[in-house]
Amino acid sequence: MSDSENPTAEDVFGSAVERQEDVPLLKGEAQFTDDVSLPGMTHLAVRRSDHAHARIVGIDTSSAEAMEDVVAVFTGQDVEDSGVPNAIPTAWDLPNLVQPQYKMLATDKVRHEGDGVAAVVAESPRVARDALERIEIEYEQLDHVTEPSEAVDRDVPPVHAEAEDNVAFDFELGDAEAVDDAFAEADHTASVDLRLPRIIPNAMETRAAVADYESTTEELRIWMTSQNPHLHRMLMSAATLGIPENRLQVIAPEVGGGFGSKIYHYPDEAVTAWSSMQLDRPVKWQATRTESYQTDCHGRDHETTAEVAMDDDGTVRGLRVETHAGIGAHLSQFGSATPSYLYATVLSGQYTIPAIHARVVGAFTNTTPVDAYRGAGRAEGIYVIERAMDVAARELDMDPVEFKKRNLVPAEEFPYESAAALVYDSGEYERGMDTALDHIDYEALREEQEELREEGRYIGIGVANFVESAGLSPSEAAGNLGSQAGGWESSIVRFDSTGTVTVLAGTADQGQGHRTTYAQIAAEELGVPLEDIEVVEGDTDRIPQGMGTYGSRSASVGGGSIARGAREVREKARRIAAHQLEASVDDIEFDDGEFHVAGAPDRSMHIQGIAHEAYLGHDLPEGMDPGLEVTDFYDPENFTFPFGTHVAVVEVDQDTGDIDIRKYVAVDDCGEIINPLIVDGQVHGGIAQGIGAALFEGASYDEEGHLETRRMDEYAVPHSTQLPDFETDNTVTPSPHNPLGVKGVGESATIAATPTIVAAVSDALQPFDIDHLDIPITPETVWRATGGND
Amino acid sequence: MHTKEFDYYRADSVDDAIEQLEAHDGAELMAGAHGLLPRMKTGEESPPALVDISHLDGLATIDRDGDTLSIGALATHADIAESQQLKQHSSALSDAAGEVGDLQVRNGGTIGGNIAHGDPRSDPLAAVLALDVELSVQGPDSQRTIDADDVFHGAYETAVRDHEFVTGLGVPVQDDAVSAYAKRRNPLSGYAMVGVAARLRLDSDTVTDARIGVTGVADTPFRLPAVEDALEGESVDGDIVEEAAGRVEKAVDPSELRGDSQSSGEYRAHLLSVYTEKAVTAALNRAG
Amino acid sequence: MSRHDISLTVNGTEHELTVEPRTLLVDALREDLGYTGANVGCDTGRCGACTVRVDGDAIKSCTTFAVQTDGASVETVEGLADDGDLDSLQAQFQENHGLQCGYCTPGMLMTADTFLQDAEDPSRDEIREAIEGNLCRCTGYHNIVDAIEDTAGLAGQSQ
Ligand code: FES
Ligand code: FES
Repeated sequence: MSDSENPTAEDVFGSAVERQEDVPLLKGEAQFTDDVSLPGMTHLAVRRSDHAHARIVGIDTSSAEAMEDVVAVFTGQDVEDSGVPNAIPTAWDLPNLVQPQYKMLATDKVRHEGDGVAAVVAESPRVARDALERIEIEYEQLDHVTEPSEAVDRDVPPVHAEAEDNVAFDFELGDAEAVDDAFAEADHTASVDLRLPRIIPNAMETRAAVADYESTTEELRIWMTSQNPHLHRMLMSAATLGIPENRLQVIAPEVGGGFGSKIYHYPDEAVTAWSSMQLDRPVKWQATRTESYQTDCHGRDHETTAEVAMDDDGTVRGLRVETHAGIGAHLSQFGSATPSYLYATVLSGQYTIPAIHARVVGAFTNTTPVDAYRGAGRAEGIYVIERAMDVAARELDMDPVEFKKRNLVPAEEFPYESAAALVYDSGEYERGMDTALDHIDYEALREEQEELREEGRYIGIGVANFVESAGLSPSEAAGNLGSQAGGWESSIVRFDSTGTVTVLAGTADQGQGHRTTYAQIAAEELGVPLEDIEVVEGDTDRIPQGMGTYGSRSASVGGGSIARGAREVREKARRIAAHQLEASVDDIEFDDGEFHVAGAPDRSMHIQGIAHEAYLGHDLPEGMDPGLEVTDFYDPENFTFPFGTHVAVVEVDQDTGDIDIRKYVAVDDCGEIINPLIVDGQVHGGIAQGIGAALFEGASYDEEGHLETRRMDEYAVPHSTQLPDFETDNTVTPSPHNPLGVKGVGESATIAATPTIVAAVSDALQPFDIDHLDIPITPETVWRATGGND
Repeated sequence: MHTKEFDYYRADSVDDAIEQLEAHDGAELMAGAHGLLPRMKTGEESPPALVDISHLDGLATIDRDGDTLSIGALATHADIAESQQLKQHSSALSDAAGEVGDLQVRNGGTIGGNIAHGDPRSDPLAAVLALDVELSVQGPDSQRTIDADDVFHGAYETAVRDHEFVTGLGVPVQDDAVSAYAKRRNPLSGYAMVGVAARLRLDSDTVTDARIGVTGVADTPFRLPAVEDALEGESVDGDIVEEAAGRVEKAVDPSELRGDSQSSGEYRAHLLSVYTEKAVTAALNRAG
Repeated sequence: MSRHDISLTVNGTEHELTVEPRTLLVDALREDLGYTGANVGCDTGRCGACTVRVDGDAIKSCTTFAVQTDGASVETVEGLADDGDLDSLQAQFQENHGLQCGYCTPGMLMTADTFLQDAEDPSRDEIREAIEGNLCRCTGYHNIVDAIEDTAGLAGQSQ
């Protein structure tokens, strides 16, 4: 069965195998949600608020209902009256967290531009949209607020009556007293104010759903753009629709990117499913790009002050961080976790900082809800510590590389318990930094920088270190901190009776290449050629349980589960081999799919042949059940901690403000590498999004509370001519507790790239006495900062 | 995303197109539809009827006619960017056409539609002004021409009247002229944040006549007489160019200029001076 | 509402269909004819996910009314593969990992394929210019540029 041109099954792990999922995608044959078309399908469109904050006085749907080809028009009251639970929940509790009602369609007030008020179902998507305009809504406008600090500091009408002061939570982490002491004793302090604007995730495929309710069987099937179909199944069953979980099938077909935005349970998908249940007809909905900008959870939105205390010799003594985080108009599932635990716990970065204290005030504002976007919390936290470290180095007049190196957690300190409540599993931070710096000639660049400055040319070198907490776990610890979901992942590894392998995985791909990496894991563990392995994801009827894909967890937690399941399968096969070869189990060796008796290589059986025996059941060891499959639930003992160092060299043109990225180097340590091609791809895409945030992107609201960046020609998604080529490299420090030594790589580069670029630009502009510029640093920002407008 | 409903007519001649325009109140011509269609999707424009002229024969040609290069209204930006004749004699226009949008837009969009649509960020408009391009227009009863300086009245407003059809452009061929277009691309839209076309006539190394056309900066494309005056009669060297470009800041009022999240009016005014210098320098470099 | 009977030849197969004037070419291809390869990623003609070829030119099918293309020959991503086998550009996208989620890919391929018809030995900057009208949120473009560069290189060798 194995193909001699391919690497042997065991070599497959770690090699740059081309992706198996590419072929249908390249041929245009792959099925995305919008490609699903069912007989009798209707189309749904949502009428959204065009006010930031207003009371709903009345809704008149009659004229829309009267239109030809309009099937139905629904309001929030209709949903209420149907008796479904209709309550979009949070998935993370915090002490004193305010959890206001969040319904599928608004009934009392609209709280941000884009809140859904009514839905039209029609025979065609065009008619559905035409009918939206015929719905008449009378509003009483209310004052609104879009900035987090203003929402809680100023006297503004509350977004929710439940939170008079607009405070969703007031979160603290660390030891305030120890920090005060450190600041009192330290030789120097430095401080920096940081504004992280809202980022719109911009998956190229907008959110979509096709729901098909069958009234005779009372079963609902829904195809949707989901990063976690099982979570969606659970939330739709328990929180919004009330349909029993065992009558609900969620399918995530090909998903065109997610970056966090397709984790959440949004009103629109629930309304689509609910409408299908009301009408007993299939209903399709797909967001326009503007709707996607108005309703996909945004990322970031932090206002922060960070202070560092350090001694003359460059030793950091303490860190104090104060943040106002925008939550948006509604509490999305991880809207409370992202700016609290996912953020404050990484503030120590790669450094030994003895005292850390962070306070985060989560503020409701009349804006699109904010939740996890690639890097979630960790990106914001690493941005804070890296910018603070750069500013502190300036204060000390010390080279930032030297300063950062001096404070790294030494390799021998792992596992390292930080002052921000995490235990880093493993790391070799100095090696990462050195590897990155090997790609440039740091000393020579510093000299060149000096020389060019004489000519009025400004180059800058930015070096940022990051560490990421990936694969949120274990479940019990997460539960203690408030999580309402588990941190495990589940898979089934099954030999089919003819010797092929089916892997059912609870994660859900949106471009990460799971079908290939998971097959590589199974091939390694089972000694079966790749082409005999089929990986299945994204269908709750085929895969019984799963948590999904987010937080850089799939390779480490999902892959870890598959490795464990495959090993258990292999051990069962070994016992069958021992039995049929009439040897003791301890004498059976396994090599590239073949079991043989130690010292007697002729007495052997291939694992794929054993599969057949296992299902025949004619000749199994005493007491053994037939079959060869294992269901695994893997609950890791800790996060994994990917880390690395990114370096950028930029040249800034003072006259025009133009920023040219001369070189971008990424050194990532994601533990063991399953597929270097895919790891590089994840790093590239992450860098692009990190550079996007640093130089181009950012959502904004106008005076009226309207989203200003509402179209793709108004929000700056980086395009091909705006990005450089990337140089990537890796160090490998395995995670000691992961079954594969894997750490994960999905978010790393996004986390690293933003502070790297900002450091480089700030470094270039040192002669202008600029310590920091807020993002996005557009050419105009540079031009103004360097006095161009004087 | 789709547009409001409208009626569609495919014209089989220029006269037929004009008749259709007259017959259907509010109707608009459509060729590539690259300017119009996006605005129809957003509801910024909703003509009740469109008259499709994209299939008319003989309107996509680029021919030399004595001292004039005649460009048919249906020539695409890609046609213009690649035309050897235009590259040789009117390079500001071929430069600008090559800077329009992206590959797909250059393939689909036409020059006549582009000018008639009057998007104030459109690249070719600067070249129309700098090269003193004459528009040929046919109406229900008559034909007329419109001078470059009279074409643009405001954002999406041009001198082309309701029932008129832009049939072509006449670009003067001047053996003593050099021209170029310099652009700062708006990273959001791909349109010009600042686009400057410069055309200079030279007598050995003295500038005898200068025309500078600007797009992207204000709601109407405009010329820069202050810069033109500073160049005329001068013999060419870098200092002159810098000094002339330096007059830009006095010639425009930043508060009247366009602004967006990537660039305020003030910054655009500054860039205008930088790109004026670039365009003039690039034109002069072509004098060899 | 007026309706129009049009004919489109898609990847060599002729189709007759009836459309509203406002039916976009991309909707006619996807909804009426079942060519779901081209995708819709935006409302404003910016993303390029819908790129197809009409009479040999790469255009954005969301910025073209179907009725305008009556009688035209349309090529979509479904027509690239050669008898079921990936063509050279598609194969290079796979080899260089030039796609992740694959949503931008059909449009990206059609633009790149059209560009490569005239470009000999293009530089990386020229390639980046050529795909400027195709946004990709996943790959950061680096591997896409590699794939197009390698395809051009292979075509150069075989001449
Ligand atoms: S769908 Fe975005 S350009 Fe056509
Ligand atoms: S591969 Fe996902 S958008 Fe390009």
